Amino acid sequence: MTDFLLELRCEEIPARMQKGARADLEKLFRAQMEASGVALSDVTVWSTPRRLALVAKGLPQQTQAVSEEAKGPPEGAPDQAIDGFCRKNGVTRDQLELRDVKGRATWFAVIERPGKAVSDVLAEAIPAIIRSFPWPKSMRWGAASLSTESLRWVRPLSGIVAILGDQLVECEIDGVTSGFATLGHRFHHSGPITIGGADDYAEKLRACHVIVDHAEREALIRTGAGKAAADAGLTLVEDEGLVVENAGLTEWPVPLLGRFEEDFLEVPPETIQLTARVNQKYFVCEQGGQLANAFICTANIDAADGGAAIVDGNRKVLAARLSDARFFWDVDRKKTLAEHAKGLERITFHEKLGTVADKVERVANLAEWLASEGIVPDCDPALARQAAELCKADLVTEMVGEFPELQGLMGGYYARAEGSPDAVADAIRDHYKPVGQSDDVPTAPVTVAVALADKLDTLGSFFAIDQRPTGSKDPFALRRAAISAILLLVENRIKVNLRAVLARSTSAIITPKSIKNFDFENFETDADRANNLIEKVEHRLLEVGDEALDFFADRLKVQQREAGVRHDLIDAVFALGGEDDLVRLLDRVHALQAFMGTEDGTNLLAGYKRAANILKKEDWRGIEGEIAHTGEEDPLALVDNPDMKAVVEAKMALRHAKALSYEPEPAEKALIAALDNAEPKARIAVEAEDFSAAMAALASLRAPIDAFFEDVTVNDENQDKRASRLNLLDRFRTAVQRVADFSRIEG
Amino acid sequence: MILALHDFWSANGCLILQPYDMRMGAGTFHPATTLRALGPEPWNAAFVQPCRRPTDGRYGENPNRLQHYYQYQVILKPSPSDLQELYLRSLEVIGIDSLKHDIRFVEDDWESPTLGAWGLGWEVWCDGMEVTQFTYFQQMGGYDCKPVAGELTYGLERLAMYIQGVDNVYDLDFNGRGVSYGDVFLENEKQMSTWNFEVADTDALFDLFRKAVAECQNCLDAKLPIPAYEQAIEASHMFNLLQARGVISVQERASYMGQVRDLARGSCEAYMAKNADAWAEKFPEWSA
Repeated sequence: MTDFLLELRCEEIPARMQKGARADLEKLFRAQMEASGVALSDVTVWSTPRRLALVAKGLPQQTQAVSEEAKGPPEGAPDQAIDGFCRKNGVTRDQLELRDVKGRATWFAVIERPGKAVSDVLAEAIPAIIRSFPWPKSMRWGAASLSTESLRWVRPLSGIVAILGDQLVECEIDGVTSGFATLGHRFHHSGPITIGGADDYAEKLRACHVIVDHAEREALIRTGAGKAAADAGLTLVEDEGLVVENAGLTEWPVPLLGRFEEDFLEVPPETIQLTARVNQKYFVCEQGGQLANAFICTANIDAADGGAAIVDGNRKVLAARLSDARFFWDVDRKKTLAEHAKGLERITFHEKLGTVADKVERVANLAEWLASEGIVPDCDPALARQAAELCKADLVTEMVGEFPELQGLMGGYYARAEGSPDAVADAIRDHYKPVGQSDDVPTAPVTVAVALADKLDTLGSFFAIDQRPTGSKDPFALRRAAISAILLLVENRIKVNLRAVLARSTSAIITPKSIKNFDFENFETDADRANNLIEKVEHRLLEVGDEALDFFADRLKVQQREAGVRHDLIDAVFALGGEDDLVRLLDRVHALQAFMGTEDGTNLLAGYKRAANILKKEDWRGIEGEIAHTGEEDPLALVDNPDMKAVVEAKMALRHAKALSYEPEPAEKALIAALDNAEPKARIAVEAEDFSAAMAALASLRAPIDAFFEDVTVNDENQDKRASRLNLLDRFRTAVQRVADFSRIEG
Repeated sequence: MILALHDFWSANGCLILQPYDMRMGAGTFHPATTLRALGPEPWNAAFVQPCRRPTDGRYGENPNRLQHYYQYQVILKPSPSDLQELYLRSLEVIGIDSLKHDIRFVEDDWESPTLGAWGLGWEVWCDGMEVTQFTYFQQMGGYDCKPVAGELTYGLERLAMYIQGVDNVYDLDFNGRGVSYGDVFLENEKQMSTWNFEVADTDALFDLFRKAVAECQNCLDAKLPIPAYEQAIEASHMFNLLQARGVISVQERASYMGQVRDLARGSCEAYMAKNADAWAEKFPEWSA
């Protein structure tokens, strides 16, 4: 058993790619070793800006010898076939053996693959790994790049260290040959370092100012930055992304704290934090919960002067950035947000949907409507309109031009600075929220109205022009908009018929004007024309509304699944159909989830499945002369004509009331009584949207159904008894089915 | 500083060239970079190139934004294996101590849609300030670079501010005898900013743009890639001036950039066509 070290050295690897590169190196290495039959246990990968390293412990010296058999053509097959078989397996004809296969003599090749030296395996594997490495972006370089076939790597590849035990694994790729030598820190160490093997690699590098383990550098930065802040009496604003990025930019990280002029603190703190983080990769600090005039940069050297010159240089760069930010802050406030908003007329939102100003107008109308209809409760329609009209104005400010991440946030600041009500400023600030599943969901009424209107307009208008996501393509982020709208509705318990709201949002795009190929000649009078056109518009609105609703349903399923709700329970409620109030729908799902967690729930499900199986096996289609069963599970589900439904229900009730022609057994009688009791209870509870009560009503069926299966023979010889009992099971199934489609539930 | 860089790069095999006598947005536009990056022939050159970016003008009021400034440009084809080391030594030559200052190579890929060019590389940071753009050209004028050239673009004013320890570009000591950068350029910045943003006759600029486009085509028809490329540079600068005057809308912008790109690409294509046979004869492994 022996250890293996691989180091691939190159010019600075982008920090953001290092994590993926480590994973890819391990994956490729494991795949290569597995293909050659080298057993692996412990594999460690490290990265610095200038190297990827891998250490595999406990490799064998030799791979196992293996003997493989291949079945060939039968005896007497044409020579061609047998020769081909030999060629394929690399054996000669006299090495073949004849064996009996089901009474037929058949040629077999036995191929002995001797064990191979692992160092030879590695020597072949290394170039293969390098050539197939999946860098997100790679390049050619140097004299070899005269041809486009030359080696590609993330930046020029400059060296390979490959040592098995204490022996060099000799390999070469495009003029780079493996060796024992590597390089230390770019500035702290000159000349090559000779590595003995996997054992001394990390320590030899450390002696030359390189900490090869990225996790160790990350820890140094995390604690070093925290300590630098604490030493200055400040608290570090933790930022794990920055820790990782700085570790990816340094081989010898040294966090250093510097100060910037206090005057800069007058600009919004988010802009300071952002420019420090994005442009300069600095941490920021707080004092008493407020941003402090300090930054922490991570140097890559132990400077002779303790870092004084470095801190001073970085301070100047940050000062220049901050004076830009202050310049933007001052310039932007010279105009009101309403004046900025005029600039949106010049920005195209989508060629078929007009400018951003047009979108803003639609959002304002919708937000105002959501408020005035009381859909978003306790919301002043005028404030909703005002906030919506200004919500995108910051897109044309200098600050957001420079830092697009600050959209919304800056609008909020500018609105407050010009004296808008807090509700309006907050709504402008937060109307993009929630961004993703885990983001905070706004609750302030004006914010909810604007945020919801913004998302619904995006969804409604893109659906109206037939731009919907396909497969992995979702160029207008409609999936995210739908999830965001769902969270706004559900978290705020906004009970609304989504169909009506979606129709409202698409009606801004689907207008008489938008109807193409309308043949005016076909109609005699203007009134006919108008009526027909309106009909067409309404038809189109319904069509698009249904598509959008289906899309919502799909997103809701995904969102609930991600939130940990069992997908079969979601399906069981969705399968009932016709529901477009998401709050009510989810209440039912959650009640079902709670019920299925109880013993009553699982037993009732078992009873349901048993009943459904019997009905299926007996091909039960109802008592003769009754309404034919149209579906496999629920005879009533497909009767969607409301007039018909009443007739069906009346008939069913009559049928159930019919006196039995025989004396029912006690368990049968008990089930009938339980159903008579539970059916109306469940129905009333569902109507009152009290789904827990509906589940409780179902729970009362559990003992009677269990007893029924225990004591009563369904398939009685007496046809009357058989029919009645099957009918009873059918009734049970239907009652359960009204609450949720239990046939979709697994278990 | 320029002399020190000239000495250094000359000693390392570069031709020392002079600035190109046309207005351009970056040293990369110099034909010694753009056109010479094409084809298989080795090419090593260093030169200063004045750059003009009309929209960056600040009437002399910003400490480090200028509409006219200088770049020091080095191009080495094929890129030598020790290019990073050479570069770091050149910083030492102009007085930057890498054990006192934090020098870093931070990912920054370069792309010039108007030249149909891109490359991978870094911006080089000195104590957090970007002082050089370091690029391995992968494509130029839509053609794969065979072989790849390494390009270094030093921001001369920034480096000088750094070395002299001044916070404002206009305070730079120009000659060590009392003449400042401001004495030489401040009035120029003020007047040029005013002209770029407020005065330039936009009708005339549009006209010049169209004329450059037509003349470029004329040169291409006559199979003269170098004059054609000059017209592409001219059109590019006219476009930049029109941008500064704020008369090109967002929608039109893409169309103008597309026109400039077509000129630059057409020039590169003509340059390749004119030389391809000779190159193929001299470098049998090479193909366009």
